[in-house]
Amino acid sequence: MNPFSIAAFVCGLLFGFGLMISGMTQPAKVLGFLDVFGDWDPSLALVMASALIVSGLGFVLAKRRPPFLAPQSFWPTKSDIDQPLLIGAALFGAGWGLIGLCPGPVLVDLATLSPKVVVFALAMVVGMVAHDHWQRLSVQRSAPADG
Amino acid sequence: MTNFTPVSALAGGALIGLASALLMLFSGRIAGISGILGGCLIPSATDRHWRIAFLIGLIAAPVIGALTGHALPMPQMSASWPVIVVGGLLVGFGTRLGGGCTSGHGVCGIARLSPRSIAATLVFMAVAIAVVFLMRHGG
Repeated sequence: MNPFSIAAFVCGLLFGFGLMISGMTQPAKVLGFLDVFGDWDPSLALVMASALIVSGLGFVLAKRRPPFLAPQSFWPTKSDIDQPLLIGAALFGAGWGLIGLCPGPVLVDLATLSPKVVVFALAMVVGMVAHDHWQRLSVQRSAPADG
Repeated sequence: MTNFTPVSALAGGALIGLASALLMLFSGRIAGISGILGGCLIPSATDRHWRIAFLIGLIAAPVIGALTGHALPMPQMSASWPVIVVGGLLVGFGTRLGGGCTSGHGVCGIARLSPRSIAATLVFMAVAIAVVFLMRHGG
């Protein structure tokens, strides 16, 4: 394994521990946060606030220099708030609200071998692949026919 | 607020933030889980190595936890099977179309003060809150 992949592995490990400690791997707890009109559990807001402060400080440092193990940084370049962004976020929000699982916690929860988590993860991967397939088709369709 | 756990929430969040900061400082990549996973699934992907390494780390965390006596509690999911499948499909399709999830938009994007990520986070939070409201209090 090269240092680049080892760094990614360590970051994944820390991210996973963070999710476990925060309690966000428990869908019932996430739904407790989203249930603002019921017995509200504000924990997720503190998870985000704390994560934002630490990553924000780290990003300030990271913007000043190239990464230690790569020639350049891949900062996202898109800046416009377009329709795919808003529709995608709405669809994701609907799925998140139905179950209380988002992509990070799903992968961590796979370790429990809970059948419902496994099925959710498989459906999520199918949804991702379906999106990519659909996007390729729509790009082909919008290309000039005589191209 | 009977289930509020502020200390573990702040500690876990700090670790999530640290992991995101370190991935940018060392590898120059955004720690967005849906993007890292989705990038692995593209047949023409040429940068799968670090993505798979990150995902192995993510899945290794609970395994190490279990081996050291801190096993994850079983996830409590009361939703029926069809709802679970629909939820998974929506999360997969939606995060790819919207270019991110709770980590990529909600943490890394807002930390960069990206208007796109702030908008996406407001939308997915609002929709998720509305869905939970309808399911629990919609009568």
